[in-house]
Amino acid sequence: MAKELKLMKGNEAIAEAAIRSGCDGYFGYPITPQSEVMEHLMIEKPWETTGMVVLQAESETSSINMVYGGAAAGKKVMTSSSSPGISLMQEGLTYLAGAELPALVVNVVRGGPGLGTIQPSQADYFQAVKGGGHGDYQMYVLAPASVQEMYDFVFLGWEIAFKYRNPVMILSDGAIGQVMEKLYVGPHIPRWTEEELRKNAPWASCGKPADRDHNIITSLDLDSAKQELHNHKLQAKYREMEEKEVLFEAINCEDAEYIFVAYGSSARIAQKAIQLGREKGIKVGLLRLITLFPFPKKQIAEFSKKVKGMLAVEMSAGQMVEDVRLAAEFRCPVEHFGRYGGIIHTPHEVLEALEEKIIKG
Amino acid sequence: MTEEIIIAGFGGQGVLSMGKILAYSGAMQDKEVSWMPSYGPEMRGGTANVSVIISDERISSPIISQFDTAIILNQQSLDKFEKTVKPGGVLLYDPNGVFNPPTRKDINIYKVAATEKASELGMAKVFNMIVLGAFLEVKPVVTEEFIEKGLLKSLPERHHKMIPENLKAVQTGKSIVETVFEL
Repeated sequence: MAKELKLMKGNEAIAEAAIRSGCDGYFGYPITPQSEVMEHLMIEKPWETTGMVVLQAESETSSINMVYGGAAAGKKVMTSSSSPGISLMQEGLTYLAGAELPALVVNVVRGGPGLGTIQPSQADYFQAVKGGGHGDYQMYVLAPASVQEMYDFVFLGWEIAFKYRNPVMILSDGAIGQVMEKLYVGPHIPRWTEEELRKNAPWASCGKPADRDHNIITSLDLDSAKQELHNHKLQAKYREMEEKEVLFEAINCEDAEYIFVAYGSSARIAQKAIQLGREKGIKVGLLRLITLFPFPKKQIAEFSKKVKGMLAVEMSAGQMVEDVRLAAEFRCPVEHFGRYGGIIHTPHEVLEALEEKIIKG
Repeated sequence: MTEEIIIAGFGGQGVLSMGKILAYSGAMQDKEVSWMPSYGPEMRGGTANVSVIISDERISSPIISQFDTAIILNQQSLDKFEKTVKPGGVLLYDPNGVFNPPTRKDINIYKVAATEKASELGMAKVFNMIVLGAFLEVKPVVTEEFIEKGLLKSLPERHHKMIPENLKAVQTGKSIVETVFEL
């Protein structure tokens, strides 16, 4: 299929992908550094072409609950925000997970805590993969590292969300949201018709025909025995994701003595640090995480048997590094490096950290 | 070929759009490109900068701290970015308002009196394209044919009538760039 070349910001790519992937509704509230998502939708006016709804809600709390409503009716619905806004959505996210609703939530992370700054950060890792909301739930968390992946992961997100009836988060950051790169876009996928929706989402609460029982969407069951069974079902789903849906990329790892573990913009910066390191004769590679949940535990465990050390590179005070350490089980040293609070580390700083913290030990 | 460029100046000077036109032109010429703006609370009169990478290979990091070329349009940006030019690299600046000119002896330094020329010719709107022309004279990373294609692709159609003036500005920039120091 012919692909069309565009030059776009990561945020615009999310919006473009929403329209082209047959999204039924976007509900959002503007916040830097992701405002171009809704801006691009407003410029493109998909309600005039595909019939997609684009609505600026009065708050992030409203947006996520509009998503809940749309998802309950079997629609492909999404929202996007940045860190403080995503914090406001946590209640909605755990309800979506509890009610087993497919939805797409994009977090273009900025520095925190609190209102923080508008500059890029990766300090929402814990919130994205360890809950954020209450209860034993998981979102499927994708970490795009390019404008192309911002686009592609919207399509992948729908697929996973509907396959598992589970919310999917695209965990990006201000740098990937703001950078403009080449983007190849494919043809438009039409929105589901009423018949397709009933076939693809037979559980949806979208009007009861005579030949089936009521579909009920809820996360509430006051009977604890039933609630435990429901939790078993959710956990089985998460284990299945861990079994089948882990995504990662190993870059320059064949002969690597040292490994950077990174995702998103830090993974891009680490790739440059690899070039700089290899010019100096340091055999370093990168394990780029694409899914943060499910986490590539097995792959990290394998690498931990082969390499002399790993450096977790993330724009946070050290969050993902905990999961890397758990997976490496002390078979090799695992250290953390990252600038945070909105400062982006440079490739030189990353290489220097590898030399200081791992190679010199 | 990989060219890592920082363009820095005042908000309102067309720093971001100059970077965008350069990136679009590179993309049209089948290069890999990235355009990474400083997106702080910049406004007219504040500082703005953008890093642009044009490469024959896949671009690793769009976020970089050392540059092959720095295109500098005010004193604050010169103070900030002179030291980030790789040894042997290029610094191109507009001397307007620059009271402490660059001093490094391990890089090539050029100047383009774009502000002066733009006001002389009444071309203030395409000031940034004069600067772009000067850069392309020093480092022809994209050819003129593709600058035109880049303009067609990056400008909204209602501004396409401005393209000839933009191309003229590129020519002007090419003709007025001066060597200050060459290795």
